[in-house]
Amino acid sequence: MDFTFTEDQLMFREAISRFLMTEAAPETLREIWETADGRCPELRSQMATQGLTALSVPEDNGGLGMGDIAWSLMTQELGYYGIPDSLADTAYVGAGLFSALNDSVVGKGDYLTKICDGELRLAIGHESSPLVADAHLAEVLLLQHGDEVHLVPSEQISDVVNPSIDSSRRLSQVNWQATPETCIASGEAGEKIWNETLNRGALSVAGQLLGLAQRMLDLTVDYSVQRKQFGKEIGSFQAVKHHLADVAGKIEIAKPVLYRAACSLENNHPLSDIHVSQARNFCSEAAALAARHGIQIHGAMGYTWEVDLQMFMKRSWALNNTWGDNIFHKARVQDYVLNSDVDLAPSKTFEEA
Amino acid sequence: MELIFSPEQQSFRMEVRQWLAANVPKEKLPTYDTKAGFELHRQWERKLHEAGFSMVMWPKEYGGRGCDLTDWLIFEEEYYGAGAPGRVNQNGQLLLGSTLLEFGTPEQKSHFLPRMASSDDMWAQAWSEPNAGSDMANISSKAIRDGDHYVVNGQKTWSTRATYADWAFGLFRSEVGSKRHHGLSFLMVPLDAEGVTIRPIKALDGEDAFAEIFFDNVKVPVEHRIGDEGKGWHVAMATAGFERGLLLRSPARFQQPVRKLVKLYRDNKAYADRDPSIGVAVAKCWADAEAYALSAYNTVGRVGRGDKIGAESSLNKVFWSELDLLIHQTAMNILGSSGELLACAPLAEERAYWLEGFLFSQAGPIYAGANEIQRNIVAERVLGLPR
Ligand SMILES: Cc1cc2nc3c(=O)[nH]c(=O)nc-3n(C[C@H](O)[C@H](O)[C@H](O)COP(=O)(O)OP(=O)(O)OC[C@H]3O[C@@H](n4cnc5c(N)ncnc54)[C@H](O)[C@@H]3O)c2cc1C
Repeated sequence: MDFTFTEDQLMFREAISRFLMTEAAPETLREIWETADGRCPELRSQMATQGLTALSVPEDNGGLGMGDIAWSLMTQELGYYGIPDSLADTAYVGAGLFSALNDSVVGKGDYLTKICDGELRLAIGHESSPLVADAHLAEVLLLQHGDEVHLVPSEQISDVVNPSIDSSRRLSQVNWQATPETCIASGEAGEKIWNETLNRGALSVAGQLLGLAQRMLDLTVDYSVQRKQFGKEIGSFQAVKHHLADVAGKIEIAKPVLYRAACSLENNHPLSDIHVSQARNFCSEAAALAARHGIQIHGAMGYTWEVDLQMFMKRSWALNNTWGDNIFHKARVQDYVLNSDVDLAPSKTFEEA
Repeated sequence: MELIFSPEQQSFRMEVRQWLAANVPKEKLPTYDTKAGFELHRQWERKLHEAGFSMVMWPKEYGGRGCDLTDWLIFEEEYYGAGAPGRVNQNGQLLLGSTLLEFGTPEQKSHFLPRMASSDDMWAQAWSEPNAGSDMANISSKAIRDGDHYVVNGQKTWSTRATYADWAFGLFRSEVGSKRHHGLSFLMVPLDAEGVTIRPIKALDGEDAFAEIFFDNVKVPVEHRIGDEGKGWHVAMATAGFERGLLLRSPARFQQPVRKLVKLYRDNKAYADRDPSIGVAVAKCWADAEAYALSAYNTVGRVGRGDKIGAESSLNKVFWSELDLLIHQTAMNILGSSGELLACAPLAEERAYWLEGFLFSQAGPIYAGANEIQRNIVAERVLGLPR
């Protein structure tokens, strides 16, 4: 039993955090929003240099061979700095999907190497969502068709952009035709891959939501010691303190839930589905409360375009229903607790129920 | 990160499980808030101790088993899972015990800890006073040094199980004219000493669950002071940290009622589902209790790496006390009209388990530092907000 991260994992997180703090400041992100395709190739290649895109690519393909546990720290950083979808979808969820494919799939190794080097832009279309994030720039798309996994070159799709309230998101409706040529997995294997991919996507979102919650908390704490009313900092008023203490509480309790889910997914635990949804629920509750109390404590400032809170708040609202919406994740946990006949004894936390 | 138990941990679990299966009383013991029930619980504690299970995480020389905190969590899971009796001496064993281990002299440790492990001495906490509740630094009970002893005068209140306990520990003002958290000393006082008067207070259920303690020129030897004279606040804060932190409420303490709540719901599903919010609450109780367990294992891992449990233990306290409310309120909602029945009511059967827990859950957000105070602590010490 060891519920801690290795020094390497912690140091890597530290390094990525320091890098993003300078390279992905809110002003920079806002500038990227204004560009035509909303993405910044320089930032992506810098992140590759930092090793982020190599994190879970197998060592055989030049990567670092780490897994969901390491990513559970990184996704928090991506959330904290509001990094757009395509990085996590490609380097984490996409790398996971490619790794799960049969070795006979043509190009598997090349794609993984390209992910590792930060040279591949990938979009994943799962049937839990009618829209695909970052399809507009993707070189290839991994698309679900029932139990089939299709690897579709961008020339074979057309996409219709659907703007989101989160200005960093680029969502498309993708029109394409499933053909035997594009199908790279199907049947039981395909189903397993999609289920794992959905879990990985959900876990990626969970980590990002938790990072977003922490960012909103930090921004709000800062604001509450600058802003004065009635002759004192508003942060000295108890009603404000208690709002923020509650956000801190939601964040703290969500962390071990996220880490356990990551550990379960990495080790194919039979209850991965439940653990992932539990993590998603805890992280999304933390983000929702951080947003609500965040805007409340900012007063009218929080309702403006100018103040940065909006960037993180809106992203948290958007992510809250991606890679399985709230109803899906709540229902998965409820169904397990209410409709199974497992005896949920205290000793079952780490045992297979 | 590796979330599986080692073979040693598994076999420890099995050993505990088997012992409990053979030894846990088949009939629920009467409440320890009565004299007879208190003594029956003391006997149970002795039995636990003889088997080496009383204080598994204490060093062997003090009556423990020398286990680590992960083993302790395993023990707790088995203990609650088996429906074993409430730990009547836990305020001493878990709270004072930890304080003695950290701050006690070698003599204090070797005298008090073994007697606590075996429950030869039963302990009560004596912090609160009529004018020092949340504002504990307002303590006015005095302990004035006179040669090799202190002369104690004043009043403590809300002291859980002091009605029947042998000893009490708490803070007393040892420096005349000192203010707030300065000049306080941490003392252990025998409750049969001359000049001590105990007046029981009936709690919500009508039992003498706590008591007022009056001190009238009570002589307490200097050796019964823990830590330096006038530095008791520092020692006490460490105890308060243990209490709010890990030890006082192990996760299994909530996982077991959640397990029963899930069963209660499943057995009454059609009835309960007429209000869909009930199933939602049951699932939330499970997820929260599970999260609390994960957080405990995570904390144990971090403590093992040398981290200190700081002000975040206040978050723990808020979390478990609110979880306890939700568990029991949800059970009461499922029980409907039979929820109000006392254990002695012929129709109550096992349902009174919930009423008892429901009543006690109402105290959770108040004792061990009211939740409002915990939120203040988090805001000021974790988030750094101005006072
Ligand atoms: C079941 C039970 C067992 C107990 N056992 C023991 C024991 O063994 N030993 C012992 O010493 N004590 C014990 N206590 C006492 C307990 O520690 C106190 O009740 C607690 O510290 C609160 O103090 P109080 O009751 O005086 O409430 P008060 O301090 O009067 O508080 C009343 C209300 O005002 C709020 N409040 C007070 N100050 C502030 C503030 N600054 N900001 C915001 N809100 C505030 C509180 O949060 C609370 O809601 C026990 C209490 C209970 C209920």
